Amino acid sequence: MARIGVVTFPGTLDDRDAARAVRLAGGEAVNLFHTDASLQDVDAVVLPGGFSYGDYLRAGAISRFSPIMEAVVDAAKGGMPVLGICNGFQVLTEVHLLPGSMIKNDHLHFVCRDQVLRVENADTAWTTDYEAGQEITIPLKNQDGQYVADERTLDELEAEGRVAFRYVGWNPNGSRREIAGITNERGNVVGLMPHPEHAVEPGFGPDSILNGRRGTDGLAFFTSAVKALVATG
Amino acid sequence: MPTIVVHVMPKPEILDPQGKAVGAALPRLGFEGFASVRQGKRFELTVDGDVTQELLAQARDAAETMLSNPVIEDVVAVEVVD
Repeated sequence: MARIGVVTFPGTLDDRDAARAVRLAGGEAVNLFHTDASLQDVDAVVLPGGFSYGDYLRAGAISRFSPIMEAVVDAAKGGMPVLGICNGFQVLTEVHLLPGSMIKNDHLHFVCRDQVLRVENADTAWTTDYEAGQEITIPLKNQDGQYVADERTLDELEAEGRVAFRYVGWNPNGSRREIAGITNERGNVVGLMPHPEHAVEPGFGPDSILNGRRGTDGLAFFTSAVKALVATG
Repeated sequence: MPTIVVHVMPKPEILDPQGKAVGAALPRLGFEGFASVRQGKRFELTVDGDVTQELLAQARDAAETMLSNPVIEDVVAVEVVD
């Protein structure tokens, strides 16, 4: 069975949801703590959302120096699938596994809503169960969610198909080029601000016109990784 | 006690939503004549004893690698204040 580690930092909120998403996708969730130096032989890692070290300095700025992150960086460079959600995405940019950074939302407000995204790249380790161009609805909740990078980096991301997700309908934080999530060159490291782990179970997901709280559009992140890991043994 | 002060500012080309909000509030409160505001951070690193060149170099290193994110911020000054 695919073993997927979920890291808990001081202030992480969504580790349990992420672990549950892993289990619902057919994987085994392994709890990892920020002080651990070992990844306990997991096959993939999720850095969940919430906060870390109060985010007083910058979101994710201090957690990136934690012992577990050294192991995550080594594993990611070796090709291990790593997914960073919200604060986890911020950690991935701070530790330079993904380019750019997040600053305060352009309107300065905390946003919490069901957000429509377009899956731009369905070839990453976390998106193969989607179709390219597919629109999905998953929750978004952040105050520091405005994705920024210099123009050259943005052009590179676009040219290399590394914009993995784009906001549709409304850009909720002023992100450059409506970018909601990106991937590294190899496609094993993916980060996004919205929360797929909150849309994995009927009854607890986003609303739609037809089905109250039935949205499970986020589950395919986790099934994508589980399938790939089982296939590679 | 000697203190090393590190000033960090958002890069000029990066939108500064906080500075913009403060800038918009100033005239509402009757503070006129300011064209724009940018908001940065000031870190005070207090030192036991003297500030050596080595300590100053360490402070500069910390400023570049941890206290600021070079993607969105510039370290504009690292100075010693007694």
